[in-house]
Amino acid sequence: MADNTKNTSENLLEVSDLHVQYRTDDAIVHAINGLSLRVKQGEKLGLVGETGAGKTTLALSILRLLPARVGEITQGSIVYNGDNLLDQPESFMLGLRGKRISMIFQDPMTSLNPTITVGKQILEVLDLHFPELSKADKSEKVDEILKMVGIPPSRKEDFPHQFSGGMKQRIVIAMALIAEPELLLADEPTTALDVTIQAQILDLMRELKDKFNSAVILITHDLGVVAEFCDTVAVVYSGRVVEYGTVEQIYARRENHPYTSGLFNCIPDLTSNAPRLVPIPGRMADPRIPIEGCCFADRCPHCTERCRKAAPPVVERDGHGIMCHLFTEGGER
Amino acid sequence: MAKRKKSLSEYSTGQLVLYRFSKNKLAMFGVVLLAAMALVILLGPLVVPEESVSMMHIPERFSAPGENGFLFGSDEFGRDLFARILYGGRISLFCSLAVIAIAFVVGAIIGGAAGFFGGKVDSVLMRFIDILMAVPSALLAMAIITALGNGVWKLVVALAIGQIARFARTVRASVLTLRNMEYVEAAKCYGSSSMRIILKHILPNGIGPIIVSATLTLGQTILSISSMGYLGLGVASPTPEWGTIISENKVNLQDFPHLGLIPGICICLTVMAVNFIGDGLRDAFDPRTKN
Amino acid sequence: MSWIKYALKRLLMLIPVILCVTLILYTILSLAPNGLARQKLGQDASEEQIYALEEEMGLHDPIIVRYVKYMAGVCRLDFGVSWINSNNVLNEFAHRLPYTLLIAVLSVLFAVGVGVPLGIFSAIKQYSLFDYGSTFVAMLLFSMPAFWLGTMCQLLFCVTLGLLPVAGDKTWTCFILPPLILGANTLASMIRMSRTSMLDVIKQDYIRTARSKGAAEGAVILRHAMRNSLIPVITQVGICFAGAIGGAVVTESIFGINGVGMLLINAVKSRDVPIVMGTVIFVTIIVGVINLIVDLICAVIDPRIDLAS
Repeated sequence: MADNTKNTSENLLEVSDLHVQYRTDDAIVHAINGLSLRVKQGEKLGLVGETGAGKTTLALSILRLLPARVGEITQGSIVYNGDNLLDQPESFMLGLRGKRISMIFQDPMTSLNPTITVGKQILEVLDLHFPELSKADKSEKVDEILKMVGIPPSRKEDFPHQFSGGMKQRIVIAMALIAEPELLLADEPTTALDVTIQAQILDLMRELKDKFNSAVILITHDLGVVAEFCDTVAVVYSGRVVEYGTVEQIYARRENHPYTSGLFNCIPDLTSNAPRLVPIPGRMADPRIPIEGCCFADRCPHCTERCRKAAPPVVERDGHGIMCHLFTEGGER
Repeated sequence: MAKRKKSLSEYSTGQLVLYRFSKNKLAMFGVVLLAAMALVILLGPLVVPEESVSMMHIPERFSAPGENGFLFGSDEFGRDLFARILYGGRISLFCSLAVIAIAFVVGAIIGGAAGFFGGKVDSVLMRFIDILMAVPSALLAMAIITALGNGVWKLVVALAIGQIARFARTVRASVLTLRNMEYVEAAKCYGSSSMRIILKHILPNGIGPIIVSATLTLGQTILSISSMGYLGLGVASPTPEWGTIISENKVNLQDFPHLGLIPGICICLTVMAVNFIGDGLRDAFDPRTKN
Repeated sequence: MSWIKYALKRLLMLIPVILCVTLILYTILSLAPNGLARQKLGQDASEEQIYALEEEMGLHDPIIVRYVKYMAGVCRLDFGVSWINSNNVLNEFAHRLPYTLLIAVLSVLFAVGVGVPLGIFSAIKQYSLFDYGSTFVAMLLFSMPAFWLGTMCQLLFCVTLGLLPVAGDKTWTCFILPPLILGANTLASMIRMSRTSMLDVIKQDYIRTARSKGAAEGAVILRHAMRNSLIPVITQVGICFAGAIGGAVVTESIFGINGVGMLLINAVKSRDVPIVMGTVIFVTIIVGVINLIVDLICAVIDPRIDLAS
């Protein structure tokens, strides 16, 4: 399967037709429903969508860290550097996690172990993946990365509770970058922080983006951050990529999925004097019920009979794909 | 499209708790078991007259279960073990319920006042609770029995005092977490009185941990009462109580083990049923603790 | 060293607690009929004689006066004498304490040593047969009265099978069954608690972080989950120990061990106030010290606990 796709050689990560579901006590929640995306070496991809769209689930699926027994990948493939991760043994994943793919979690308050010093928590990555390094070398590397994220190395003997939220996130970033991974999954790295701290962390990430060659999947619901940070964008809705393309293509706002347009209408524009923001009416479809037709139909201003009946295909022009009947043959524009 | 299933968020908290509880098989097993026990204990006296508790049938002593018309057999005096267990169960169950009720009311007043008023009231009341906690509850109960002497109600008071601290702490914690919640703030803004806030807002929302704690304490209290009965404190032979029944048959157990096995199994089953219910309630009130 | 300062502070704070406990106890126990005069004069003494002697001994003074006198004695380590056999309370207690401490410590060690690994293992293997088994055993032991388990085990192992001595405290074999019986209930709560605690910890975000670093499952559990899941369990050990000393009353009376529990139960039955009073004070002090030790251990394990504040 990996061989017949034309872009395999340059694609670092290729997710095709991924389906993920969570089993709860009373229902099956369809978190991801046929999601596909590609990331090239060094590409910075912004994954945009509202809460519950399946963004975090995607990141956890790539690392195969979905909660055991509850989360399950039912269909699709995740090809990383030519290997389908879903077919690999756990030992392969152990070598991958933290070394070639690493992840920054949303809430720095809870993502560090409270009983281990931060230095040791960063060092653990080196212990796991670079056992050949000497103790002094490892320690030097830890100091180096701490300096890079703006934490004085003298504080590495401190415990997480002795740091502020923003500093904790810097430590989490240090932990994710110390092995210089090929792919970094950043799951809303600023959402849980104060606004001023958010800006600092974004500055840090922007700075580090050029120092490290890693590809990045930046998960966020903030279109502004994506515009500054990313090369490409994928808009996720109800566990599907409804639109993808380069930042220029999407932000040009010539052709957009109605959901993306809705997202843009929610951003306050200081230059125009539009009286008010236009919220997207309704809420995301209940993920426990499989959807026939288009997943956005209930909230779409352009919804037709056809949208309710058949799921729209992805229409791609110059690498800019939109999953909407408006852009298929016969769709009126 | 298929008819939409009612979303979980459309139920009230109480309905959700009941729903989760009713789905817990062990908890439902506990409910059925305890209900059956309670039914037998409550209705049994209609069938078994109270005299048979102490009526001695010397020629028929040490009957095996089922022999001579004794369902559970008879003891060394030829007394009907079933009747004794039946009436003993009344003491065991009612006393433990009374212990929980007393401890709960006193604990709720102390803990509620401490949590709601805070400040000096809180620190004084909590010092008092710390002092109660400093003495192991079994020892405290024994000291009180030394002072008061034997008697069912004295035993209840002695055990209840040992449990006040636990309830006071649970209630205080509930009140503290809820006191500053926004809906309580909102109620204050509307000018609701303290009493009304406590009754309408704090109690219904904070009741979960308190009910769970009460249920799990009930199980341990049944054990405490029977242990005290076994030691002859509070309730003593010939008053039938599950602990005293085992104690009075101690010397004959080697030859007639059923005299100890049957009352012991009764205690085990009752406590287990209560514990299953308590665990079920805990999971139902706080589904995060469920795995 | 901050922990020495903390320990001293805690020990000093124990003094007012003990004072209040003794005051409350003294007040409660003054409700019991005072047997001192009758014990001195013998069973034939008349009511008048007894009243006169009581008056002379100050037993009719206001309770606060009597309490101050008692506490003055306590400060000189004089806890009075038994109303039944005139034995010195302190001597009686000191003589019996080793037996009780031995079975209480053994029982807690047994409960923690067996219960914590069982609980943690069944959390790791959640939904396995092992998990169901250990949860069931825990529930069974949690619901079983210790006196019944003790009596039945005594019957089986000591009487019927003759493997162990039925009762007594003279040989080491006498101290095998009692701690196991005493620890059974604690074992159950240790299994339940460490299982819940471990299940709670492995759901935490930092465990996911550890996995995302590429740590294998065993390393995640040992390095990241174990320590955190032990914190709430260790906090409970102090409470378990207090429970074990209370439970020793039952165990000692079943197995005829001449410990503090036996002393206490006999004193309660004969309403021997000085013995009850002394015993409760001593046990409260011991439990207070053990709780202090437990808190110090917790502070070592959990860096978030700051002893200075």
